[in-house]
Amino acid sequence: MSAVIENHHDDHHHGPAKGLTRWLYTTNHKDIGTLYLWFSFAMFLVGGAMAMIIRAELFQPGMQIVEPEFYNQMITLHGLIMIFGGVMPAFVGLANWLIPMQIGAPDMALPRMNNLSFWILPFAFFILLSSLFMEGGAPNFGWTFYAPLSTEYAPPSTTFFIFSVHIMGASSIMGSINVVVTIMNMRAPGISLMKMPLFVWSWLITAYLLIAVMPVLAGAVTMMLMDIHFGTSFFNAAGGGDPVLFQHIFWFFGHPEVYIMILPAFGIVSHIIETFSRKQLFGHSSMVWAMLSIAILSFVVWAHHMFTVGLPLAAEIFFMWATMLIAVPTGVKVFNWVATMFRGSISFETPMLFAVAFVVLFTIGGLSGLMLAIVPADFQYHDTYFVVAHFHYVLVPGAIFSIMAAVYYWIPKWTGNMYDERLGRLHFWLSFIGVNVTFFPQHFIGLAGMPRRYPDYALQFADWNMVSSVGAFLFGFSQLLFLFIVLKTVMGGKKATGQVWEGAKGLEWSVASPAPYHTFSTPPKVD
Amino acid sequence: MFFRFLRNFTKSSTLLLAFLLVPVINADWFALNMTRGITDISNEVFELHMLIFWICVAIGALVFAVMFYSMWAHTKKKNPVPATFHENHKLEIAWTIIPFLILIAMAVPASKTLVKIYDDEAGDINIQVTGYQWKWQYKYLEDDVSFFSNLSTDLDEIYNLVPKGENYLQEVDEMVVIPAGKKVRFLITANDVIHSWWVPAFAIKQDAIPGFVNTAWTVVDTPGIYRGKCTELCGKNHGFMPIVVKVVEQEEYDLWVDNKRQEAIKLAELTTKDWSTEELVQRGQEVYEVNCVSCHMTDGQGISGIFPALAGSEIALYDKDRHIEILMEGVQGAAMNSFDYLSEVELAAVITYSRQAWGNAEKGDGEVVVPKDIVEYKEPKI
Repeated sequence: MSAVIENHHDDHHHGPAKGLTRWLYTTNHKDIGTLYLWFSFAMFLVGGAMAMIIRAELFQPGMQIVEPEFYNQMITLHGLIMIFGGVMPAFVGLANWLIPMQIGAPDMALPRMNNLSFWILPFAFFILLSSLFMEGGAPNFGWTFYAPLSTEYAPPSTTFFIFSVHIMGASSIMGSINVVVTIMNMRAPGISLMKMPLFVWSWLITAYLLIAVMPVLAGAVTMMLMDIHFGTSFFNAAGGGDPVLFQHIFWFFGHPEVYIMILPAFGIVSHIIETFSRKQLFGHSSMVWAMLSIAILSFVVWAHHMFTVGLPLAAEIFFMWATMLIAVPTGVKVFNWVATMFRGSISFETPMLFAVAFVVLFTIGGLSGLMLAIVPADFQYHDTYFVVAHFHYVLVPGAIFSIMAAVYYWIPKWTGNMYDERLGRLHFWLSFIGVNVTFFPQHFIGLAGMPRRYPDYALQFADWNMVSSVGAFLFGFSQLLFLFIVLKTVMGGKKATGQVWEGAKGLEWSVASPAPYHTFSTPPKVD
Repeated sequence: MFFRFLRNFTKSSTLLLAFLLVPVINADWFALNMTRGITDISNEVFELHMLIFWICVAIGALVFAVMFYSMWAHTKKKNPVPATFHENHKLEIAWTIIPFLILIAMAVPASKTLVKIYDDEAGDINIQVTGYQWKWQYKYLEDDVSFFSNLSTDLDEIYNLVPKGENYLQEVDEMVVIPAGKKVRFLITANDVIHSWWVPAFAIKQDAIPGFVNTAWTVVDTPGIYRGKCTELCGKNHGFMPIVVKVVEQEEYDLWVDNKRQEAIKLAELTTKDWSTEELVQRGQEVYEVNCVSCHMTDGQGISGIFPALAGSEIALYDKDRHIEILMEGVQGAAMNSFDYLSEVELAAVITYSRQAWGNAEKGDGEVVVPKDIVEYKEPKI
């Protein structure tokens, strides 16, 4: 009681408000970061539950649990929720927590917009998920929603889907503007662009990509809306429209979107590898240039998702060569991480385990991506489980492992408590085994000829599908352990020092743990 | 408590492992790779695939070897004082240039093969392939043969009521037949949504897009049966519209074409025949089960919100003319397409069936539609 009274007297030091309004009205970057992270975890569980339904249906040939119609709704929502609700908000949450602290700024530049860009997200996903209970069911045309399956042939709930995509887009654009303005204007004196920490750099580039492509997505869904309700024929061949145009627009958004989901991971992993190798990153500026080239190239490779739509020969060759070119800067990044570890003084705490697994498994995903770029071979790989294996390798042990690594790495700074190292390692090993048992066999299933988005399959694919399903259940249920570890850390644990990790460098480690509600009210000194 | 958890965990993971091992041991370890196929192009594609695969394996092995060595040799215990080196321009230029050269070495043969694949000269035989929700139509442009190819796997197999056959989900009621040793060109398009026509043995995968005609060609020397699948999500039964191509010698092909023509003539004769209601209903049920059942369901109830019910529908009960019109023209802005490609007999039969079945005959006027009605509908109206 006395503590509360004392707080009343202490008007100079604003702590968080009490109760629910703290979270509703907050403009504090740390609170908003926390909201984003919890929201993305909730969506990760929802999207994960859908993945469990998918893998349960595919456990054996034949239809057992769901009908093909509902199966299509599951694959659609799984994709949309994991991308727009899981991975992207998690990275925005990390950006909110870390960017101001890493550049020595007191908060994000536009705090009220920050609040708004978070709080519209739950509504977007409420609308999207409510479509499951509408007549005709949820969207069932895959997360890529190719017209005319998503226009003329779509369930009535598609209009709600379009509305929710608009809200998600608005949220992303606002979040990105905030990131750009913060980084451009609020760096502590002495932090020049090339001295900026890599996570900040990766987010600066990501934010520009988002600002460039989210409006394109908004345009695509608006054209769908017009086709469905207002009699236009953008994508309807019978009315003089062009179904392939939809794919060009979608992938012009979609390919940069892929890098939006991996660039922040590059930043995170660079920090973690540096810290636990106790050695300076091999090439800071070459990492920056590599990320910039990847981002720029991402605008000229979209049609590699469309090699089978009947593009002219010249276009196929251009997009093949441009796509293969991306392997060069990506290689530079991987070589840099390995060179950083080389002759370092490495220890393997949980964040490092996830980061090392990221490098290995992301590289596998990158190499299968290189195979997919070879057009004649892509005629055999395209839209099979080989593609499913490829993008899950870059997204699950890629993007999601990096997010988990980030949580383990910075949670002592956020909560002031150390997580349980033994449980953390257990979580890592379960996830690592689960991910590989799930997705590695999908390479085989795909090469052997099983198309993706099939609710049922021929008998020769049965064995590896069963293995894949068992792996998926293992991976899925291991994530409850992650929830337990995070809750346990939030509630207590060994107290963390300000420095937390022996090898950690950067401004965020110069403040106490947990980080005070307001940090860097006056800019720190940086040499 | 933690150790009890750990003990339980070990026990359950042994179970899990056993569970995993059964399918892994049973699995066909030779069916893990891409098929080599049976055409020159498919062989070239396979070689490209293996080339890039081994290059990727080599790159991966090299990078991971250095990394694993470092994880083993440069731990905090073995190497307490880290080195301080960073940035080395020679090294950085090398690891930019060398991958670049490897990529060119891969892209050149790939581009050459691609040029070979992109040959849109007419074939000896030209077949128009049209994707429908959820079946394929094949039109032989020179031989005046045309038919639909539907999945022939029994629903009871899909719903696990009877054991699954050897070609489960890979069998059709009518195969595409092509002659060996001839250049066959496929002109691929679609009637409703986008589909994709894939036969792995020929290394052909081309999207079937409404309003577009894509081409692909092949020359197959070895007679046999080759199976493929639809590879673009096209709605509910995307997984249930396989492709089966039968390659035969020229003489057998000619015989088959003659046969198909005879069948067409017989079918035309049926149009003028006098049909009894029972005959129409019986034939109509067959047509319904192939064409209509996936949306309107066996009991005619449809799926609420997307596919309207036929049982008790106003049109099926009282409005014969509109009923014919819907089947002939489709419904604008809905998933119901025109079925005018069915024969007059099939159309009359299936309309009659849906006006008679599920108690519709008792509730409504139960009017019968005969093939002549369809012929009349098709006559130009002044």
